[in-house]
Amino acid sequence: MLWQSLTLQLGYNATLVSFGVTLLGIAAGLAGTYLYLRKNSLVSDAISHATLPGLVIAFLVMVAFGGDGRLLVGLLTGATLSAALGLYCVSLLTRKTRLSQDAAIGAVLSTFFSFGVVLLTFIQALPIGHQAGLQNFLLGSTAGMLWNDAMVITGLALAVTLVLIVFRRPMRLVAFDASYAQALGYRVGAIDAVILGVTLTVTVIGMSVVGLILIVALLIIPTVAARFWSEKSDVIFTLSGIFGGASGYIGAALSGFAPNLPAGPIIVLVAFVIFVISFLLAPERGVLAATLRFWSFQTRVHLTQGLLALAQDRPIYEPKTRRLLQRSGYIRADGVATDDGREQAFKTLQNERRWSFWKQHLEGDVLSADTSMVHSLIDIESRLTADQIAEIDNALLNEATS
Amino acid sequence: MSKGLHVVQGKDQRPSSLTIRGLTVSYGADPAVFSVDLDVYPDTMTAIIGPNGAGKSTMLKAAMGIIPRLSGQIQVLSRPLEEQRSAIAYVPQRASIDWDFPATVQDVVMMGLYPKLGLLGRINANHKAQVTSALDRVGMLDFAKRQIGQLSGGQQQRVFLARALVQDAQVYLLDEPFAGVDAATEKAIITVLHDLRSTGKTVVVVHHDLATVIDYFDQVILINKSIIAAGPTQDVFTTENLQLAYGGRLAATQLDVVGL
Repeated sequence: MLWQSLTLQLGYNATLVSFGVTLLGIAAGLAGTYLYLRKNSLVSDAISHATLPGLVIAFLVMVAFGGDGRLLVGLLTGATLSAALGLYCVSLLTRKTRLSQDAAIGAVLSTFFSFGVVLLTFIQALPIGHQAGLQNFLLGSTAGMLWNDAMVITGLALAVTLVLIVFRRPMRLVAFDASYAQALGYRVGAIDAVILGVTLTVTVIGMSVVGLILIVALLIIPTVAARFWSEKSDVIFTLSGIFGGASGYIGAALSGFAPNLPAGPIIVLVAFVIFVISFLLAPERGVLAATLRFWSFQTRVHLTQGLLALAQDRPIYEPKTRRLLQRSGYIRADGVATDDGREQAFKTLQNERRWSFWKQHLEGDVLSADTSMVHSLIDIESRLTADQIAEIDNALLNEATS
Repeated sequence: MSKGLHVVQGKDQRPSSLTIRGLTVSYGADPAVFSVDLDVYPDTMTAIIGPNGAGKSTMLKAAMGIIPRLSGQIQVLSRPLEEQRSAIAYVPQRASIDWDFPATVQDVVMMGLYPKLGLLGRINANHKAQVTSALDRVGMLDFAKRQIGQLSGGQQQRVFLARALVQDAQVYLLDEPFAGVDAATEKAIITVLHDLRSTGKTVVVVHHDLATVIDYFDQVILINKSIIAAGPTQDVFTTENLQLAYGGRLAATQLDVVGL
């Protein structure tokens, strides 16, 4: 059953849902990248919570005009207007008062959401139909998705993706260095407005599926997961879209398999699994790689220190150094150096002397060298040519004889 | 002092490459920069000096339109700043940057070409060659693929200079490029700036180290909210002018170091 769900064999409606949710995930992942790079991730939380009053009011207005009240386009329009008002309040509070942005977001988010919940509770008691469906916007639902809903989501997700691709350069520039962007003549305010507009769109279309409480996760988690894998914003952008899409696709399949579970939390949990895998296993920035790198570096430091001490007949006090030297076969249990140890110690000391000569006499010639590194830990033969080393050795020999 | 102001009075017959008229910048009721008139000319290298909080960086940022002006007009090569963005390049202070940003050295330098690339223009071999050549000029070619956070402060500064170089501008404005950099970097930057001057460009630098002013710069602008003096270094960089700008904050011993 799960396999059928994943391979889109559960019929027309389930396939429709998978398709819509996957596209939503891609759009959210892509939009989240620039929000994250601009250090503005929390704004999406303000946006999503500020949608609720507009949602309920739109429902009431549609019912008052004799409509169904469940028309998705109508509900999303109300949500957009109310979220835009929320954003305007955040920006007003930040610009006109001394409040920092996070405080402004906190204030606006909670006020709008409270108002929305009060309205939502109020209309439950009214003698009109279908208001219970509004609850679905809190935690999301894919069960009732209709052809038209899926088309709205698909269209908007494609539009968002297109806008993000077109504006990727100015957005990257503004996120990295806004004053430089300004100096180049870019309108930073307008670029920020594009980022916010895209976020607003993703949030509003996403809340019918993932729910307004959790949509922020779909904007943030794929991006921070992608951040572990690369140092290039292009790659992070693409990966984040893939992670978002995969979360949506797998999440939708899982909830098709277990229709009683709400779709939003499942999609977010799938995204979280991707995050954990990235956090642990990513090659450069992952925790595992970092730990291994640290251990290997620590071992190298201990061995180098120990071998230098051996070469200069100094005592080694640090137990860990002795243990590592012994494990590498450089000293015996009683602390006396083995033949192998003496050879390595000589090489280490030679490396040290060559580097210190290079530092004193030659370093300034090479402008682009890493001047700050501790050279004792690097084999000079891996950095300089044989001729350069021979030159250093000659100079050292002359120094010693004179 | 009247000698020092001759540039402002326009005795230089060439058209100025950067013209500032009546510039005032203020965040509250107390202007950070007040009523500045300036002309800077081609093939010169100018130091903006003055005490802390004198509005040196503020003036530069306002001249680039990065912060709003309360009043004043800026012209670059005799035309309004807004029409001349491509003719002016800016090197900001390092401090304001998130160095963990996912970008490599060559990504950052490529940003200087974004206005030419437009939104969707493809990066071609020619663009890459410009980036390579700029990195080579500042001695950072070996680091092209490094993430920017893995560089030393001086290396980061050289990358910013390379980013301005690819803009191929006429006027270069640099905000404290020598702050907290190593000797090799200082040498590399000053060589590049002198090259720019000798090819007819205009270089303006916010500078804090009085000891190197005479060696590096042919023009000096002394500022403390308003212009104290501006003109050729030998006319402006005098004990009297420095004391006017710095007030009691400049001890006699410091003036010795400066070489006056």
